[in-house]
Amino acid sequence: MSSVQIRDVRKSFGNFEVLHGVTIPIEDGQFVVLVGPSGCGKSTLLRMLAGLENITSGTISIGDRVVNNVQPKERDIAMVFQNYALYPHMTVADNMGFSLKLRNAGADEINKRVKRAAEILALTPLLERYPRQLSGGQRQRVAMGRAIVRDPQVFLFDEPLSNLDAKLRVAMRTEIKELHQRLKTTTVYVTHDQIEAMTMADKIVVMHDGIVEQMGTPLELYDKPENQFVAGFIGSPAMNFLKGTVRSNGVATFEGPNGVKLPLKSAPTASDGRPVVYGVRPEHFTIADDGAEAEIIVVEPTGSETQVFAKVGGEQVVAVFRERHQFNPGDKIRLKPDPSLVHLFDDATGKRLNA
Amino acid sequence: MADIALAPEKAKPKLREATSWDQLKHNKNWLGIWFMLPAMAFLVLFLAYPLGLGIWLSFTDTKIGRVGQFIAFENYEWLWDDGIFWLSIFNTLLYTFLASAIKFAIGLYLALLLNENMPFKAMLRAMVLVPFIVPTVLSALAFWWIFDSQFSIISWSLRHLGLISQNINFLGDTTWARVCVIFANIWRGVPFVAITLLAGLQTVSPSLYEAATLDGATRWQNFRYITYPLLTPIIAVVMTFSVLFTFTDFQLIWAMTRGGPVNATHLMATLSYQRAIIAGQLGEGAAISSAMIPFLLAAIMVSWFGLQRRKWQQGESND
Repeated sequence: MSSVQIRDVRKSFGNFEVLHGVTIPIEDGQFVVLVGPSGCGKSTLLRMLAGLENITSGTISIGDRVVNNVQPKERDIAMVFQNYALYPHMTVADNMGFSLKLRNAGADEINKRVKRAAEILALTPLLERYPRQLSGGQRQRVAMGRAIVRDPQVFLFDEPLSNLDAKLRVAMRTEIKELHQRLKTTTVYVTHDQIEAMTMADKIVVMHDGIVEQMGTPLELYDKPENQFVAGFIGSPAMNFLKGTVRSNGVATFEGPNGVKLPLKSAPTASDGRPVVYGVRPEHFTIADDGAEAEIIVVEPTGSETQVFAKVGGEQVVAVFRERHQFNPGDKIRLKPDPSLVHLFDDATGKRLNA
Repeated sequence: MADIALAPEKAKPKLREATSWDQLKHNKNWLGIWFMLPAMAFLVLFLAYPLGLGIWLSFTDTKIGRVGQFIAFENYEWLWDDGIFWLSIFNTLLYTFLASAIKFAIGLYLALLLNENMPFKAMLRAMVLVPFIVPTVLSALAFWWIFDSQFSIISWSLRHLGLISQNINFLGDTTWARVCVIFANIWRGVPFVAITLLAGLQTVSPSLYEAATLDGATRWQNFRYITYPLLTPIIAVVMTFSVLFTFTDFQLIWAMTRGGPVNATHLMATLSYQRAIIAGQLGEGAAISSAMIPFLLAAIMVSWFGLQRRKWQQGESND
């Protein structure tokens, strides 16, 4: 186990820069999730960490050793690939023991470590099978087993769950998290799925277009997104955004499209008439008589909650209620956001305005 | 809805017992036979019949222009005591073994090379195919000139470099002649091996190499433990074809040496042609050709077992 320091790392393919100076400190034993939409550079960064891509500038260190020019095999990392990259012509046991074999470890040693990893992952009955004879979830576990056998300083996961069906994904999520709690190995995990990020991470790094938008614990990101991108990316269903202006004469309010008035806890200083984006999470709406008028478009009950799509001032918003309401499309309701949970962003820069 | 008038239903045709012809019309196997018939006719006419005829001729004393009589194994008994026949078998085996082995080695090397990222990759790949698309006789003629006893460019170059004082008698010396025809065959055969193996290499997922690199594999170990095992099924196919083509080679030899000098490059195919067509002894020539069958069957058997699906290629069965 060791810490990882990524300092001002840039990556260019030809003249095209995909990472524009990324700095991420990772503590020993931390579970860090890099999350962002496709093309944000998260997988490239992970591959640079693994040594599969060159670092254009900046430094990456594992422990207190700068690894920019260290061969992948000397970095003491193990990686789980999106497609698992299991060797199709080797049994599960051989797949898991391959790295040890290349290191000229003795047969007994290989056997012992493969057995131990297989026990951790409940793979013991499958050791003699070939990858083709395994289900998706089992292959996923073999890929992790291959990493565990190495007993590396750092685990790298590159979208490991995206090839699994929804139910298995949830199960494996828990399994990976449990594994991390047990082994306490520093882990860097790349995903585009913010739910995976929220549920698994000690620290989430939200990336977008080759920069780090924000990093922090899952709840920090949820409660205080630093900008509109993070606010929209974290949380499902996504946060509602309404464009409008701040009115701070007397009671601070937000004036949205078509004169819709929405409450604010306090206005940012000297901000009367300032164009802003008003952000409110679907779960922070309540139904109240002094709320803004909304016309229901679609109602989607999921059992545990009800998602309501409605038009407020001509803009579509989504609200989520734990209680069961009898709504029908076309009904008029009054939605009121909780002013203490409202987010305000600068219209031009997308930066957070309220504390 | 209710006020739409429904057209009166047509009277249903009376049901009748299905005749056996009706049943046949709906039988998929019957239809299948009709679809297969043209292909089968081709195979019978152009493959099975000549093969059968060849084997039959080998048991007769047919000559060109004279219907033969059945003489059982007499042709084979003759051949058994014929030194040239045995020499041609030796030549064919030598030719096939050396040419195939070297074609495999060079082809694999080229395939690995062309699978790397490098400038002008597409053009280089196209260039590798050139020997393959030149008609055999044309390339044989070119080699004939290259190895000519008087005008050989190789002899000329070496002479001008001062390395030799006399022209090398490439196609006149038994050893040199063998080397030359094998060289020409390799030149022609390498593209097939290289391009097919390249296609095989491209089916290997790059992430396997990345995983192996992270596991600590060197470039050699990448080849030894990943590339080679994953390529074996394709190697088996390619080498089967390569061996079959080389073993039955005729054009190249006939255009370059006609089996000479002193039968040193006579292959079974060329000897058969010489005896059957040139000398008119159809029965004896057919016997030489038929003698190739056991060798070819053996080669096919080897590849048959080599081609057996390996356990790791098998589907989801859980045993």
